Amino acid sequence: MELLNALILMANFVLVPALAYGSQLALGALGVTLIYGILRFSNFAHGDTMAFGTMAVILFTWWFQSMGINLGPLPTALLALPFGIAICAGFVLATDKLVYKFYRQQRAAPVIYVIASVGVMFVLNGIVRFIIGPDDQAFADGERFIVRARSFKEWTGLEEGLTIKVSQGITVITAVLVVAALFWFLNRTRTGKSMRAFSDNEDLALLSGINPDKVVMVTWIIAAALATIAGTLYGLDKSFKPFTYFQLLLPIFAAAIVGGLGNPLGAIAGGYVIAFSEIMVTYAYKKFVGYLAPGDWSPDSLLQLLGTNYKFSVSFVILLLVLLLRPTGLFKGKSV
Amino acid sequence: MSFLIGENMTGGYGGADILHDCTIAADQGEIAVIVGPNGAGKSTAMKAVFGMLNIHTGRVMLDGEDITALTPQARVAKGMAFVPQTSNVFPTMSVEENLEMGAFLRRDNIQETIDQVYELFPILGDKRRQNAGELSGGQRQQVAVGRALMTQPKVLMLDEPTAGVSPIVMDELFDRIIEVARTGISILMVEQNARQALDIADKGYVLVQGRNRYTDTGQALMNNPDVRKSFLGG
Amino acid sequence: MTMNRNVLYFGIMAVLLIIVGQFQSWNLSLSILNLCLISAIMALGVNIQWGYAGLFNVGIMGFAALGGLAAVLISMPPVPAAWAAGGGGVLLSALAGAATIVGCIVAYAKLPKGGIRTAIIVAIGVIGFFIMRGIFVPATDAIESVDAAKTGYLGGLGLPVILAWPVGGLLAGGVAWVIGKITLGLRSDYLAIATLGISEIIVAVMKNEDWMTRGVKNVNGLSRPVPYEIDLQQALWFQNLCETLGQDVVTFSSIFVKLCYAGLFLIVLLAIFWLSERALKSPWGRMMRAIRDNEISANAMGKNVTARHLQVFVLGSMVVGIAGAMLTTLDGQLTPASYQPLRFTFLIWVMVIVGGSGNNMGAVLGGFVVWFFWVEAEPIGIWLMDTLTSGMAEDSGLRAHLLDSAAHMRLMTMGVILLLVLRFSPRGLLPEKTGHH
Ligand SMILES: Nc1ncnc2c1ncn2[C@@H]1O[C@H](COP(=O)(O)OP(=O)(O)O)[C@@H](O)[C@H]1O
Ligand SMILES: [Mg+2]
Repeated sequence: MELLNALILMANFVLVPALAYGSQLALGALGVTLIYGILRFSNFAHGDTMAFGTMAVILFTWWFQSMGINLGPLPTALLALPFGIAICAGFVLATDKLVYKFYRQQRAAPVIYVIASVGVMFVLNGIVRFIIGPDDQAFADGERFIVRARSFKEWTGLEEGLTIKVSQGITVITAVLVVAALFWFLNRTRTGKSMRAFSDNEDLALLSGINPDKVVMVTWIIAAALATIAGTLYGLDKSFKPFTYFQLLLPIFAAAIVGGLGNPLGAIAGGYVIAFSEIMVTYAYKKFVGYLAPGDWSPDSLLQLLGTNYKFSVSFVILLLVLLLRPTGLFKGKSV
Repeated sequence: MSFLIGENMTGGYGGADILHDCTIAADQGEIAVIVGPNGAGKSTAMKAVFGMLNIHTGRVMLDGEDITALTPQARVAKGMAFVPQTSNVFPTMSVEENLEMGAFLRRDNIQETIDQVYELFPILGDKRRQNAGELSGGQRQQVAVGRALMTQPKVLMLDEPTAGVSPIVMDELFDRIIEVARTGISILMVEQNARQALDIADKGYVLVQGRNRYTDTGQALMNNPDVRKSFLGG
Repeated sequence: MTMNRNVLYFGIMAVLLIIVGQFQSWNLSLSILNLCLISAIMALGVNIQWGYAGLFNVGIMGFAALGGLAAVLISMPPVPAAWAAGGGGVLLSALAGAATIVGCIVAYAKLPKGGIRTAIIVAIGVIGFFIMRGIFVPATDAIESVDAAKTGYLGGLGLPVILAWPVGGLLAGGVAWVIGKITLGLRSDYLAIATLGISEIIVAVMKNEDWMTRGVKNVNGLSRPVPYEIDLQQALWFQNLCETLGQDVVTFSSIFVKLCYAGLFLIVLLAIFWLSERALKSPWGRMMRAIRDNEISANAMGKNVTARHLQVFVLGSMVVGIAGAMLTTLDGQLTPASYQPLRFTFLIWVMVIVGGSGNNMGAVLGGFVVWFFWVEAEPIGIWLMDTLTSGMAEDSGLRAHLLDSAAHMRLMTMGVILLLVLRFSPRGLLPEKTGHH
């Protein structure tokens, strides 16, 4: 019984949240890694692209809600998602045309792209705050829970409850579907394969007659879609606040680098590695140990490795360790 | 006039000229080989013929048509194919995907060509699902040549296809290249192993410092005492 | 030609400051000038990294914050009660932390490679960490409960604040060394990402470690390197001075204080500028630029590029740290929540790029110009929004929203300026002199 309680406790506070958060990071990191593979720079604007796409989704959600359109138990945001993606993709393509294309033609150094992306990041930052403001926005509706702690306790007779939120369920399912679709696209379609070829060896791709403009365009569209989906899922699960999305940049980069920049499989693995580490390191194990320890004894301290204020430092430390020990990432990424 | 000819080419990478009034050509079904010391501009000459750098004098003709102004991609569409000296495969893609990418411009059924490549290089058929980056050097070169053949080119340009492979594999590669030439494809090839290459060449060019030093049939160059002394090690 | 340009641009800058002095107030004009001077120093630091060596540092905020931390640790008086409550514990836990790290390193060096070694290292790390936290948490709790409203932290060393400037530089340089050691030599993006991360973490530490920085309660009342207004107002010589100048004593005292700061800052700026110029013109600086312009051939020439980059990265970060300490000194308080990436990282970047990367004079000019417009952009933006929306009804929701949002326009404007300069005038207002072409 005690053991079961301990396991449920872990599932409730570590496993379920980390699966959801990991899926969100994985989708974000996939976008970063694709841009890196094709355009060969770390896109600092990715976090704010997520914020921008999510904002578009929120605006559509509100509009649908005001018209009384909804998805019943599911959040209306899912309905708004395609529209948000379209707007985000349009914006991202515009930045490519206005900003990055020039440097591509110049064959500029990667660091110039990075600086340009920081510029884009701040423009996006401003636009998002200008349109929707810097504060928290609520846009989740529909059913809130798949499994409620109360009914779980009644049903199992355990002391510990398990809560699974709809947003968490949707996150994991959407992530699986999106990743499957992406891998099907990259491995099975002509355009997807040409993207991989371009990422592998740009010069040879050109010699094979692959059109670089098309590859770049498709990459941006996919990255925008991934960013919007990741951002929306994160917003549904937690809440939408522009600054939070800027802060997500660090765990997302860490996930992409841990997995090996440019390697999509690695990005997914990296997302879960970062999410689980972050949540496990900042979880207080007091109650957990209390269940496992014999008798009524329980530890005095919280048994928390790090306060939640420092959760970002977990990604950072992992990032540094990977750079120190294995700079190409766990799955081999592109050259260092 | 030859089927493919780069005539009086002068140019370089933007700085000082590397090629000076350099001419190379290949005829249908014929193997033309370029040899010369390291840094002589052999690779540069190949890139010039393929439109990968600017030449400010001279021209490139293919089947009587002036293609000097065309991009490399357009030249691929015209029936030229190029195997670069280095990074000439897609390392994280399977052998078969490498071949598919070679045929990217084609819209017809490519399966027949793939089978032909597997016939030419049977080992590739066995490793079709394996990533090109995991293959041995010789196998990678076969993938590279196979990829170039996928467009069913009329001209195949190879930059040091035997670099870094063992002598046995080298002989084998040369045999395959002769086989390809027999099907009527013109072959223009740069080689470090000058002796063996000139042996199978119909025509040979010795380049030194971006200029034509000797031009003759392969056999004549092999028999030329000056060439033997300076470039074939006696 | 370049001489004329320098004179022209700095002349315009001086005129702008005089206009502000005449039409707004001299107090404001001098405040702007002081921050221009500090910004110029930060820009110099970044220019050393970017302009000399092409290193992209996205963590300027963190290095400036370390300077601010130094100001507190050096100048605030120690809090004996807090030291008595938990000072020993903090020191002990630091010792435990150090011992853990040493233990891991020794294990790494001495044991044979393999799974057992990894397990032992992890075990030492985890156990050490728990011991350290076991001592640390109660100690800091005790410190934070000592008169929490007024102190609740250990305080500093009670030394003159000016000492904090070099110490801030050293702190920043130390952190830069660690980051640089790990990321330099890898792809340039990694340095950018790592600096972004470390700066967020430094600021998070300053916001949350109340025992050290009082966190969001801020540390107020830092001592000053210049006289206080109140003392001046009561000093006879100052009153006489005001009389001869025909100035109001209260107003002039605050102007006088600002002038003192300006003098100090100017000395530091000139010293750092002089050193940077010397370094740039020395064989070391020439080699740096050679490496920047053609990394591969410099590498082939057998010069250790990574080591050079590390030097430059540390030096530049030190300069930023010094400027950060100066800024906190000028403010007289440490406000951890005020460290925003926009203000402390991005703005400095805009200064360097607008001014002219690679040219120290350009960086200084960029510091002046960009800070000036940063400050003046707010009134201009509000005025602009006011004018634009004047046609709308007083109670229009859109109007209120637009007026509210004027502040966010700054973000966008700065982003756009950066992108435009990078694209159309990448060499900036005062381009680098390139003699060797
Ligand atoms: N991408 C390039 N940019 C500038 N110069 C180059 C480039 N590639 C080769 N070179 C120079 O061109 C000359 C000829 O090189 P290359 O054609 O590769 O010689 P080879 O293939 O005969 O060994 C050399 O001096 C080399 O340094
Ligand atoms: Mg060559």
